[in-house]
Amino acid sequence: MRLAHLRRTLFGDALNTTLSLLILAAAVLALPPLLDWAVLKARFAPDVVACEALEHAGACWGVVAEKARFILLGRYPADEAWRPLLAAGLITGSWLAAAYGGLRGRALPLALLLAPLLALPLLAGGFAGLGSVPTELWGGLPLTLLLTGAGMAGALPIGIAVAYGRRSSLPLLRGLLTAYVELARGIPLVAALFIASFLLPLFFPQGVAVDMLWRVLIAIVLFAAAYLSEIIRGGLQAFPAGQIDAASALGFSPWQTQRWIVLPQVLRNVAPSLANSAIALFKDTSLVTIVSLYELTGALGLALSGDAQWRPFYLEAWLFIAAIYWLGCALLARISRRFGQA
Amino acid sequence: MLRLHPGRLAGALILALLTASAPALAGKTLDAIKAKGQIACGVSTGVIGFSAADSQGQWKGLDVDVCKAIAAAVLGDPNKVRWVPLSSQQRFTAIQSGEVDILSRNTTWSLTRDAALGLHFAGVSYYDGQGFLIPKKLKVTSAKQLKNAEVCVQSGTTTEKNLADYARAQGIKLKPVVFDKFEASIKAFFSGRCQAYTTDASALAFIRSKEAPVPDDYLVLPEIISKEPLGPAVRRGDDEWFAIVKWTLNALIEAEELGITQARVDSLKAAPDPAVQRFLGVGEDLGKSLGLDREWAARAVKAVGNYGEIFNRNVGADSPLKLPRGLNAQWNKGGILYAQPLR
Repeated sequence: MRLAHLRRTLFGDALNTTLSLLILAAAVLALPPLLDWAVLKARFAPDVVACEALEHAGACWGVVAEKARFILLGRYPADEAWRPLLAAGLITGSWLAAAYGGLRGRALPLALLLAPLLALPLLAGGFAGLGSVPTELWGGLPLTLLLTGAGMAGALPIGIAVAYGRRSSLPLLRGLLTAYVELARGIPLVAALFIASFLLPLFFPQGVAVDMLWRVLIAIVLFAAAYLSEIIRGGLQAFPAGQIDAASALGFSPWQTQRWIVLPQVLRNVAPSLANSAIALFKDTSLVTIVSLYELTGALGLALSGDAQWRPFYLEAWLFIAAIYWLGCALLARISRRFGQA
Repeated sequence: MLRLHPGRLAGALILALLTASAPALAGKTLDAIKAKGQIACGVSTGVIGFSAADSQGQWKGLDVDVCKAIAAAVLGDPNKVRWVPLSSQQRFTAIQSGEVDILSRNTTWSLTRDAALGLHFAGVSYYDGQGFLIPKKLKVTSAKQLKNAEVCVQSGTTTEKNLADYARAQGIKLKPVVFDKFEASIKAFFSGRCQAYTTDASALAFIRSKEAPVPDDYLVLPEIISKEPLGPAVRRGDDEWFAIVKWTLNALIEAEELGITQARVDSLKAAPDPAVQRFLGVGEDLGKSLGLDREWAARAVKAVGNYGEIFNRNVGADSPLKLPRGLNAQWNKGGILYAQPLR
């Protein structure tokens, strides 16, 4: 059955057969050298002499082993490495639980919201015997996950509020919110980050430094909220009015109607678009390197660009973090699929 | 229904953060540094030999050692430095806004940067110049022959501007292909995106030997098209702090001239030479007028060595870069390094 289906789709007619054969030929040509480079001739030990001897004929995965802590955790103090690891674990754990675990219904958004909120104090410290670590030392994977997780967690409530506000009957409120959404969508994220990091400090009195991470996080939240609000507004507009009439006939107050009937369905319906935004944000967090926050790509640069011995093996390290990004995006996509079904 | 106004929320948040953060610095940079027990030093995000973090996260390099020397002179400990890696676009805002106390980030000293950006350059820690790297198959032996060539260059640097100046001065058309990141620019060059690559000469030889697929296929052109005096800079408005940075740098250079090395700092205290004695704080007290104690210079050299030692360890013979001293030799050894006298 399956085989028959495959044969029909791949070799059904002349065009499909030609295309299939071409792709097969390309794979046969490309795979052996790739396999040769990535596995057979590759070095996996962090031995720079052995890697140099390869002369790039094989991959030097040792660079990942050598620089793993720096790439994954950035400049976070080495003897406190368990904290960023746990923080990254918390957020990844919440994603995994949402994608594959038993989390359903209300627990799912709650877990996604709580994990970054727990990760924050864990990274910051300064209580219960945990040493305080300034945010400028945070970096690598935990920072990427935190900016995505906290960014979405902060943006979603604001986005919902703005979506409702734009449907409000008060013209002033509606106008202001429309202006905000259009402004936020009219500038690129890079510009928002530049404003948050370069322009704002110049307005502050000398010596007063508002933490860069907070400035950037607020910029990300406000930026993402504008997009989310439009997604949700679309969902609200498409919501069948009959259900609202039915709810009021059953004695639901307007607030109860929104809370128990409209919003749950709307959020479920727009879940794919929300996931789209989350995935985009996950990758967009790499932009914060330009304002000296060293998330995954930034930490990779810090780890390698000044290292005379290991810099030639940049490609391998890039592939490593590309794999991390791919896994993250795949997880987020899966969450949206489950949330949409829930 | 929820009526949350995001603009007001942001305003309130920013206000809250403002009021929660520390009060403005009291008085001078030096007092603030002593109170914090740390110097905030702006470095690069990774320039081989000048400032880069190793696998353990320890910062190393010539620019790094300048900051360490100042920390040793001021706070008595070369490790009392807060390293702030800065992109080339961000470095000046960071020093202007007070995020860092000193910018030691292979930054070229030029009139506009000195006068218009609110900076004071405290001296020159490395004399560099801009050169070209080309593939040999281009069959070019001089930069003047690079007509209509596309040249890979990093943005936000003086390099980009020099390239345009040079092209205009020579009457040749050069098309800059600008990249934000160093890695991207060299990868683009070696993959054939441009016919030439330009950056400071200190980096070119190393890029050729380490990053080129086949080093022998590439050539560094003889022309140096610009002067790039690199040095530490401080914010304007605090002459005392400026003097400390300036004279610590001078002390490192003078130490080499006087033959004071890291290993011999203590034993030389008994030396008869008055200049050496003054330097080490045995005779006259030079630190007092800087607001420091008498052993400030001795501590700086003991922490990182004299300029020659710093050079050799980070960019010279004992480093992967293996750069010749060239212009950066002492004035009496064929270079132009000339410390103002410490007396």
